[in-house]
Amino acid sequence: MLDIENVSCLSLRNVSFSVGSRECVAVTGKSGAGKSLLLRSLADLDPNDGDVKLDGQSRNAMAAPDWRSQVVYVPAESGWWADDVGGHFDDREAATGLLHRMQLPADCLDWPVSRLSTGERQRLALVRAMVLAPKVMLLDEPTSGLDPDTALRAEAVLHERLADGGAIILVSHDPAQAERLASRRLHIEGGDVIEMPTSRDEGGGG
Amino acid sequence: MNYIDLDYWDLALAASLLLVNASLSIIFQLGLARRLVIAAARMVVQLTMVGLVLKALFAIQSPWLTVLAALIMVMFAGREAVARQDRSFTGYWSYGIGTTSMCVAALIVTLFAVTTQFEARSWFDPRYAIPLLGMILGNTMNGVSLCLDRLLSASHGGRVAIEARLALGADASTALSSIRREAMRTGMVPTVNAMSATGLVSLPGMMTGQILAGVEPVEAVKYQILVMFLIGGGTALGVFAAVFFASHRLTDARHRLRLDRLTTK
Repeated sequence: MLDIENVSCLSLRNVSFSVGSRECVAVTGKSGAGKSLLLRSLADLDPNDGDVKLDGQSRNAMAAPDWRSQVVYVPAESGWWADDVGGHFDDREAATGLLHRMQLPADCLDWPVSRLSTGERQRLALVRAMVLAPKVMLLDEPTSGLDPDTALRAEAVLHERLADGGAIILVSHDPAQAERLASRRLHIEGGDVIEMPTSRDEGGGG
Repeated sequence: MNYIDLDYWDLALAASLLLVNASLSIIFQLGLARRLVIAAARMVVQLTMVGLVLKALFAIQSPWLTVLAALIMVMFAGREAVARQDRSFTGYWSYGIGTTSMCVAALIVTLFAVTTQFEARSWFDPRYAIPLLGMILGNTMNGVSLCLDRLLSASHGGRVAIEARLALGADASTALSSIRREAMRTGMVPTVNAMSATGLVSLPGMMTGQILAGVEPVEAVKYQILVMFLIGGGTALGVFAAVFFASHRLTDARHRLRLDRLTTK
C-alpha cells in the first residue's frame, strides 16, 4: 500500500520498506535516532530525497496537500490554531462517533483549547486526523499522555481502522503497545532502518 | 513667503541642549554619551549633505539624477528595515524582500502624487518627487519592517500549529492565513493610529514646517491631509507586498514550512 523507496533526510540514509493494507509497523530506536524525522519525511513535511508511493502512485504526482490528507502525520506534540476546539474540525458530525469512542465528552468541541488536558489534546488530535479517513496514519507516540485504560480504548479504535483496510506506522516508546498493535518492527540505528524479527508471524497481509 | 533665516549661531545654541542629555548620561552612568555624540554628528553631516544634494538636484532638473537619488533612498531604507528585525531570511532574501516591497509601494504612490495632485512641471521635478518619496518611504519602511518582523517571529513561534494544519492536508496559504493577517495588521496599525492622533496630539512635521515657512495654516493643512493619504496608501501597498513575498519564501512548492530559510541575529 505504502512503498518507501530510498528516502533520505539528514541522518536517515536510503530508507526503503513497504507497509501493506491492514498492517501496522512499529518504529523503534533511541531518542534522536530519527523516528519522528522518518514520519515527517513520509508526510513530506521536510525536504527529503527518494520517493514514496501510495497504491503505486508517487507522491510527486499529486499536490502535497492531497498527499498529506491521505497519509496523515499525527505528531507527538499536537498543534492548535483556533481558540475553540470546534474550529479544528470541518465536519463536526463526523467527529461525534469517534469522540464518544475515545471517551471524550460530546460538548468538548465547544470548549476553548486552553481548557484541554494533555491527554484530551492527544485524543482530539487523533480524532481530527481520523475524520479525514486517511489511508495511512503516521502516529508519533499517540498515547503517551493517556492512562493505560484510555490508551487501550484508543488502540481499539486504531485496530478497527486497520481492520477497515488502513495502514499505520507507529512510533511508540511502549514495547507492549507496539506488540499489541504492530505486526512488524523496524529499528532505526545510525541512520539505517533495520527490519527486526517478530515474536508472532501471523500479521502482514494486504 | 516670509520666514526667518537661521544663522549658524542659532544652531550652535540649540546644540547646547545636547549638554543636558550628556550630563544626564554622565551623572546616571547611562553609557550613552559616546553614542549620543556620534548620533548627533551623523545627523548634522547627513542632513547637511542632503541639503547640498537637493540643492544640486533642483538646479540640474535631470530625470536620471532624480531616479538615482530615489533608488539610493530606497536602498538605505531596505538596509534599515532589515536591521530592525530579530529574525530574517538567510542570504540576500531579507534585504531583497524588504527593499522590493518598499520600492514598489513608495515609487507607485509617489509617481501617482507627482503626476496627479501636484501638477508639477514634470514627473521628475525633484522639488516635489524627492521630499514626497522621503515621507512616504519613511512610513512604508516602518510598516514593512514591523510586519516582516511579526510574520517571521510568529511563524517561528507558531511552527507546531502551522505544521498541524499542513499535516492535515491544508495548503500553505491556509496554514499561514492567521499569521499573515496578524502581520498585516501589525504593519498598518501605526499609520491608522497616526491618522487619528494627528492634529490633537501631534502636529506633523511637514505641516509645522510649512507654517514656519510662512504658508497659510489652512493651505498647510491641505498638504498634510494629502500626505497622510499618500502615506496610508504606501504603507498598505508595502505591507501587502512584503507579506506576499515573505510568505512565498517561507513555504515551498510542496507546501512545507521552511523555517530553515530563517536566521536569527
